[in-house]
Amino acid sequence: MLLFFVFVLSIFLGFELITKVPSQLHTPLMSGSNAISGITIVGALVAAGHTDNSGFATALGVLAVALAMVNVVGGYLVTDRMLRMFKVRRKEK
Amino acid sequence: MHNSDLINFGYIIASVLFIYGLKLLSAQASARRGNLISAVGMLLAVVLTLCQQGLEYHWIIVGLVVGTAVGAVLAMRVQMTSMPEMVALFNGFGGLASLFVAWAEYDFKPEMPASSAAPAMLAILIGGITFTGSMVAFGKLSEMLSGKPVLFRGQVPLNAFLLVVAVVAGAIFTLSPASTYYLLILTVLLGLALGVLLTIPIGGADMPVVISLLNSYSGLAACAAGFVIGNTVLIVAGALVGASGIILTSIMCKAMNRSLTNVLFGGVGAGPGGEGTTLQGEPKPISAGDTYFLLEAARSVIVVPGYGMAVAQAQHVVKELAELLEQNGADVKFAIHAVAGRMPGHMNVLLAEADVPYEQLVETEDVNPLMPSVDIALVIGANDVVNPAAREDKSSPLYGMPIINVDQARTVIVMKRSMKAGFAGVDNPLFVAPNARMLFGDAKQTLQAIVGEFKSAAA
Repeated sequence: MLLFFVFVLSIFLGFELITKVPSQLHTPLMSGSNAISGITIVGALVAAGHTDNSGFATALGVLAVALAMVNVVGGYLVTDRMLRMFKVRRKEK
Repeated sequence: MHNSDLINFGYIIASVLFIYGLKLLSAQASARRGNLISAVGMLLAVVLTLCQQGLEYHWIIVGLVVGTAVGAVLAMRVQMTSMPEMVALFNGFGGLASLFVAWAEYDFKPEMPASSAAPAMLAILIGGITFTGSMVAFGKLSEMLSGKPVLFRGQVPLNAFLLVVAVVAGAIFTLSPASTYYLLILTVLLGLALGVLLTIPIGGADMPVVISLLNSYSGLAACAAGFVIGNTVLIVAGALVGASGIILTSIMCKAMNRSLTNVLFGGVGAGPGGEGTTLQGEPKPISAGDTYFLLEAARSVIVVPGYGMAVAQAQHVVKELAELLEQNGADVKFAIHAVAGRMPGHMNVLLAEADVPYEQLVETEDVNPLMPSVDIALVIGANDVVNPAAREDKSSPLYGMPIINVDQARTVIVMKRSMKAGFAGVDNPLFVAPNARMLFGDAKQTLQAIVGEFKSAAA
């Protein structure tokens, strides 16, 4: 129940945080938040790391670790690449 | 303090970093710092999880290394023009990871309480939908699949039926998870099938909406996985992404003046060449040389970029042309439609890559009042977002979408590869308008020819 409470509050917080976004930030915001959804890496690490896991569960867990890591690393890096371009332009002004 | 208390305290800090990072990400000046802060939060969460006692490391390390390497290589090598499909791909991987987490947790301990079993089914279903949905979006965006909506009889009832089966399976599973492994497998298959079925009827032009929505799903899948393992940082971060994805989705829908239901089930452009208007009149072609003379004489020019600019990688030469026009004494602006391109803000990213100053970009509602006084509107590979049928023709599938009124400029030059209808598959009466000239060819080569004319005239 406590977890559910945390969930509901976080949804509301999410709505409140990002109501007004300038359109030039739509792509970086999307890919940046996409990187955050890679938080499932935490679950993947737990699932892959149980010491008395079956081989099958370990395989699923390790696949999940790799996939989530692609999501996390790739997501943050492309977002930074995009935002860097916005930055360079401002300096020139 | 106990070790696990310390770890939980660290998770709170990670959650705060995500929240703060996301907040900074939604403002121009702080966006890059915001992304960095959220990345630090992620690193913290990963390190803390690895500090948990009793984890078996060697396979984990293999997964971490492989995932990091693949992600880094993809992110560094992708071209800015291919960004939409890359985001779709990453998103799909995140969804599949959440599916695997829930499945592995069940396989590890099938005697789950209902409070873990129900979210496990949700993580599997939403994760599966996210994965195959993102793969279909990836295929459509990279043009490996046709951008046309795929519709067949009974599509909506079939989807509804599959969803009902998933809900029933989930309910039975929740009551007795240990003895119903087959229901979990069934839900995996249902999720994967639904992802495809829900995404194929959506046309290529509506992809910005779909990507935003799938982004939201991947957050919710992570959130559900968080309930399975009872981890708050997953729930907080997943819910934040879920909410932000929904907000972006609604921004995109508003830009097209359509409801989400219409986007998801409307199948715009499914008809052969689109219903509605039949074009009356002949398009009037123009050469690059003649375009140069028109542009040379123009005092105000509005450039309207679209997906065609992205495909031709023409953003740099567009910027070069804009500079030459300004040196020539013309006022140059770029009109950006919110759904131009294939992802939210696609054109902004490309023009930023080419170093176009932010002040030169204007949005639809600000540019339209100026349009009648504009000498030349230069449309570069945009189609549906400048289709006057959206304003005038009630039978057009695009009717009601706010467009950039380039047809009201004194002269419109439309750069296009051919007379083919746009991504939405709807004919565009703009192409045969009396004040419109068609400049056929690859946008980059044609623009280079015009730039060449300017330079040789200056020399």
